[in-house]
Amino acid sequence: MTLAQQIITVGAVVLGTMITRFFPFIVFPAGKPTPKYVQYLGKVLPGAIFGMLVIYCLKNVSIFTGMHGIPEAVAITVVVVLHLWKRQMLLSIAGGTVCYMLLVQFLF
Amino acid sequence: MEQKKVKQFRKAFKAAFPHTIPIFAGFWFLGMTYGIYMNVSGFSFWYPMLMSMTIFAGSMEFITVNLLLGVFNPLQALMMTLMINARHLFYGISMLDKFRELGWKKFYLIFGMCDESFSINYTAEVPKDVDHGWFMFSVTLLNQIYWVFGATFGGIFGSLIHFNTEGLDFVMTAMFVVIFMEQWMKDKNHTSELLGLGLSLICLFVFGADSFIIPAMISILIVLSLIRRKSVDSESDGMAGRITENVCLPFEENSVKCRKDGEIQ
Repeated sequence: MTLAQQIITVGAVVLGTMITRFFPFIVFPAGKPTPKYVQYLGKVLPGAIFGMLVIYCLKNVSIFTGMHGIPEAVAITVVVVLHLWKRQMLLSIAGGTVCYMLLVQFLF
Repeated sequence: MEQKKVKQFRKAFKAAFPHTIPIFAGFWFLGMTYGIYMNVSGFSFWYPMLMSMTIFAGSMEFITVNLLLGVFNPLQALMMTLMINARHLFYGISMLDKFRELGWKKFYLIFGMCDESFSINYTAEVPKDVDHGWFMFSVTLLNQIYWVFGATFGGIFGSLIHFNTEGLDFVMTAMFVVIFMEQWMKDKNHTSELLGLGLSLICLFVFGADSFIIPAMISILIVLSLIRRKSVDSESDGMAGRITENVCLPFEENSVKCRKDGEIQ
């Protein structure tokens, strides 16, 4: 690829990303009342999105081969237990991550 | 006037920083991985630096490396980006209210709305005396700084770094698990959360890791719409009675306290 072609390719990716980010704000501008259905979606979607993002993070874990997802399962359990116990976001995240790193570097 | 703004910004910046610490760890690591990847693929550090500034969507930047190494096809690049980043549509719909009346800041907030910035800006409860526009602006700006610096650093020094960081990328998973839990504890009705987990999982098994996001989004949208129709039939109000306002303050001293207001019915 020439430099110009590279710039156009990256430009296409930037354009695509910006379309996905700006689209809702262009279709439902601040001045006009947002349809009830879209308001409803705005309220109920986040819970579902966060669930989807958790799965998205784990999408490459293979249950049937390799480490069978055991390090992930253990580390997520640590995160959940720490968070239920102390409810300190940084502690839960750091605890789970350190646990995961120890597991994949030394045990598995 | 200007001084007041600077003061507001500084205060919001200080309040925002602790929320971005996990991202700091995750983005440095992932950003550097991305920079190193571009480095070994034969690109100078200018590429990861400029691409991380302009695209600012992690997974898409990795894919763009492959696009740059392949045959020139900008239309395919555009279509792929729309598919992979379609989840941003959901973020935008959820943020319509929060980004209202923020002036020029709104443009940057929308431009920089990656998974992580969206998640923090949606769930974090901004202290009452802090300007929420500047708070979200600071979160987004800090996240982007981490990412751009990580990517650039990886692009320059990538090949020189030897230190066992295996597994550090789990910091992102851990963060999304915590954010999911916060949302769970905030909502009284857990239908959305369970649907998000369940439908994504089903789609992952059916469609595979590379193409499950779009089917997952569509099925979530369909089921949530069906539920609404049902609740519209049984109730007069169409919001299914589960509007909850902002969450907990994970970084305030008394982080156990959680506001559970906003239940409309």
